[in-house]
Amino acid sequence: MPDTAQNKGRMLTFEILQYNPSDPESKPHMVTYHLEETPGMTLFVALNMIREKFEPDLAFDFVCRAGICGSCGMMVNGKPLLACRTLTRDYPDGHIQLMPMPSFKLIKDLSVVTGQWMDKMSKRVESWIHTKEEHDITRIEEPVEPEVADETFELDRCIECGICVSSCATALMRPDFVGAVGLNRIARFDVDPHDERTTEDYYELVGDDNGIFGCMTLLGCEDHCPKNLPLQEKIAYMRRKLATAKDTGGGLEIRVEG
Amino acid sequence: MKIQYCDALVVGGGLAGLRTAVATQEKGLSTIVLSLVPVKRSHSAAAQGGMQASLANSVMGQGDNEDVHFADTVKGSDWGCDQEVARMFVTTAPKAIRELANWGVPWTRIKRGKRSVVINTKRTTITEADEAHGLINARDFGGTKKWRTCYTSDATGHTMLFGVANQALKDDVDIRERKELLSLIHKDNRCYGAVVRDLITGELEAYLAKATAIATGGWGRVYRTTTNAVICEGTGQAAALETGVCTLGNPEAVQFHPTPIVPSGILLTEGCRGDGGVLRDVDGYRFMPDYEPEKKDLASRDVVSRRMMEHIRKGKGVPSPFGDHLWLDISILGREHIEKNLRDVQEIAMTFNGIDPADEGSKGWLPVRPAQHYSMGGIRTKPTGESPDMQGLFSCGEAACWDLHGFNRLGGNSVAETVVSGMIVGNYMADYCLKNDIDIDTTTVEAFLEKEEQAIREIMSRPLGDETIFDIKRRMQEIMDEKVGIFRNGTELQEAVDELQDLLRRSRKVGIRYVTHASNPELAEAYRLPKMLKIAISIAYAALLRTESRGAHYREDYLERDDANWLKRTLVQWSDPDATLPEVFYEELDIMKMEIPPAFRGYGRKGMIKEHPQSAERQAEVDRIRETLEAEEADRFEIQEALMPFDLPENYKAKNERQGVGYA
Ligand SMILES: Cc1cc2nc3c(=O)[nH]c(=O)nc-3n(C[C@H](O)[C@H](O)[C@H](O)COP(=O)(O)OP(=O)(O)OC[C@H]3O[C@@H](n4cnc5c(N)ncnc54)[C@H](O)[C@@H]3O)c2cc1C
Ligand code: SF4
Ligand code: FES
Repeated sequence: MPDTAQNKGRMLTFEILQYNPSDPESKPHMVTYHLEETPGMTLFVALNMIREKFEPDLAFDFVCRAGICGSCGMMVNGKPLLACRTLTRDYPDGHIQLMPMPSFKLIKDLSVVTGQWMDKMSKRVESWIHTKEEHDITRIEEPVEPEVADETFELDRCIECGICVSSCATALMRPDFVGAVGLNRIARFDVDPHDERTTEDYYELVGDDNGIFGCMTLLGCEDHCPKNLPLQEKIAYMRRKLATAKDTGGGLEIRVEG
Repeated sequence: MKIQYCDALVVGGGLAGLRTAVATQEKGLSTIVLSLVPVKRSHSAAAQGGMQASLANSVMGQGDNEDVHFADTVKGSDWGCDQEVARMFVTTAPKAIRELANWGVPWTRIKRGKRSVVINTKRTTITEADEAHGLINARDFGGTKKWRTCYTSDATGHTMLFGVANQALKDDVDIRERKELLSLIHKDNRCYGAVVRDLITGELEAYLAKATAIATGGWGRVYRTTTNAVICEGTGQAAALETGVCTLGNPEAVQFHPTPIVPSGILLTEGCRGDGGVLRDVDGYRFMPDYEPEKKDLASRDVVSRRMMEHIRKGKGVPSPFGDHLWLDISILGREHIEKNLRDVQEIAMTFNGIDPADEGSKGWLPVRPAQHYSMGGIRTKPTGESPDMQGLFSCGEAACWDLHGFNRLGGNSVAETVVSGMIVGNYMADYCLKNDIDIDTTTVEAFLEKEEQAIREIMSRPLGDETIFDIKRRMQEIMDEKVGIFRNGTELQEAVDELQDLLRRSRKVGIRYVTHASNPELAEAYRLPKMLKIAISIAYAALLRTESRGAHYREDYLERDDANWLKRTLVQWSDPDATLPEVFYEELDIMKMEIPPAFRGYGRKGMIKEHPQSAERQAEVDRIRETLEAEEADRFEIQEALMPFDLPENYKAKNERQGVGYA
């Protein structure tokens, strides 16, 4: 094992925000815990130890513990990360501060409501295939160019973790901003040959300041996206596309920022 | 009292639950889905490798069809499956995958012309036909005759789940997250819905429905080392068990996957070996061909897992602080292939172990050891998905024992089962909803709600002792790992059953430190633990009673597959809530109705079968029917129908078209 021995036994200091907004007596406060580091320790392992040893009602969310499901986004020393993929050995001074992700409603401690946020976003961008064709599923499927399928897959890898949203200044200012995640979703359906929507259709959905024109290209999203999605490139591409579509179409005035 | 009404209530928002919900909602029934977590985070998202469906698009899949898929599935199950269900499944799977393609799942597609693949550690060139260009591709998986496992790189479950969840959003299915099923509301053997706890507010609500489906996934977390997500605790199945009426089928049938990475237990997909990766021992030696000359590293999972442990026991494991392990070598596939088709695997290895599997030679080898992976057992259902014991209660997906998998599930057959059973069971569930009303009195509903309220008050009133919930839970998981694992024997299983019963008693007394209702993870642990223990006991006890080896259930003290005495399905019922052991019954499998009577699987140990006299009799009958019909030039569908007729809604029973052969 490459990651055993050398770190064994180091004392880690965790500072964790605790707050239960549903309890009128509760006030946000930081609580400190000390924990001995174990080989290959992730924040998933550490937080469960803290729950078992010190704080049985500490709230946090993990499901897959493998960086696949997008449940465990949190602020680690100020940066939004998937906690289950974050190794304690990457913090040389052994000091780790944990806060819930901003922009999402806090449930308690490190647990926030991302699911409903994502469902709302999905409905806003109509995150499903739009087609008039009736398919007979006993028949051979429609062929798709392998490269196009790959390209769709690349953008379909988003796990709705919300990290792009919590690293986005626009999202903080505009609670209804669809976020990089929403704009990426539009780009995903745009490349999918099964979807018959036109650029005008997408304009209807996100052609405003809570959509494609809200992005201030601060790049926080792409820097932190755990799936390394090409968010800036896709957002810029969609913005150009939607801007020109509306220019040539209705001649509406559009504001293009950034 | 808070009561919510709907036509169809689906508990569980993984692939199985969501696909069921789409089926009922699209029939005009108001449908609610409940889930512990946002549905797109369900464990289905973690499936990497792929979904089996006999499309036969690729040159390596040529000649594949329902019949071949059926035979693979039956052999894989070690003849434990329900063959009618397997037929329903293989007939619907191609339709399911084509439906998903229309819903936007970006299946990896075939490129015409030459393609380089690794078969049996050798780089080989295969040539895809022009007609296949752009059709859905497939990879090789364990226990299959053809390359049949369709995939999207190595994030198949994720893309499938998003595809189905998006369809559910489109259909306006009412999806509610952070809601936990505590118990089922039932009267006179009919189910009317569920008592549900809101995990944010702690409030209890009654959901009343014409029909209820449980699609709560597997119960892997009763083990300590498992590939399963942390929410796979079997509480849905336990709720069914706690009705005292519903039964669990074959709980002892637990699958161990050969290649979870050490020590985290995170799965490295079977696609690693399917694409040509191999297992190596402490000497770097590829040992599987010595044990399994034909299927080698790609025998079925139960066989590979056992061979690996056998090899470790021979002293050929690699010592590590986390116990002995073996190596998985995918470096031979080359960096390009890994970075395109096994990217999640690479990411997991780099993140959690600091190893880049594309690095050449031993530097890229990954430490692996078998761990709990899949529950073949679950809520026993009829082929329609309805409980044979309770009307209006349905179940599908990993939570159910529909019995597609018998004693061993083939890789790629599970995500396929989730969507296929969602289509079929959702269909039957809708029929049930259309024919039945919610005719239950509020006093009964109130009583069920009050019972759960009372149970939670009781937990909160317990004094704090020396022991915590977490101590008991960990001990349960250790027992399951150590004594109810890959190799089982009577002595250890008895010890496990005894100690687990003791843990169950203790779990009913253990106090908690915080006594708030809202968002209290410790309280949730406290009411879940006895449920988990009931599942653990059911597994261990059924394993103790089954004195044979079949599929993944391997008894060192009973090495033979004993068809003469054990060709039957275990049924477990928990009628006395205060008991610490369930009642166990058996359901005979009728050989004389089987399309493929019991025989050797073609891999695993030879000559280890105690034959049932009817196997030969039925085989002769099958041969005779086949011969007669072939002489009359009957097609394969007519022959199949004569051998073992099965019911399926017409739209799903329809023939599937394939490249080059049409609907033949
Ligand atoms: C790491 C891994 C990789 C895999 N890879 C493959 C593969 O490549 N191919 C393949 O065929 N199979 C694979 N499998 C198996 C397959 O993924 C699962 O069997 C399948 O996805 C289960 O789907 P499901 O819908 O039944 O359950 P899940 O997806 O587990 O969903 C269960 C749902 O039930 C909810 N739930 C649970 N309990 C409750 C409760 N008490 N109250 C309310 N809601 C509840 C959960 O929130 C969740 O929404 C893999 C499994 C693992 C662990
Ligand atoms: S785009 Fe990236 S950061 Fe944003 S939700 Fe998707 S995976 Fe997470
Ligand atoms: S727990 Fe699934 S991504 Fe972290």
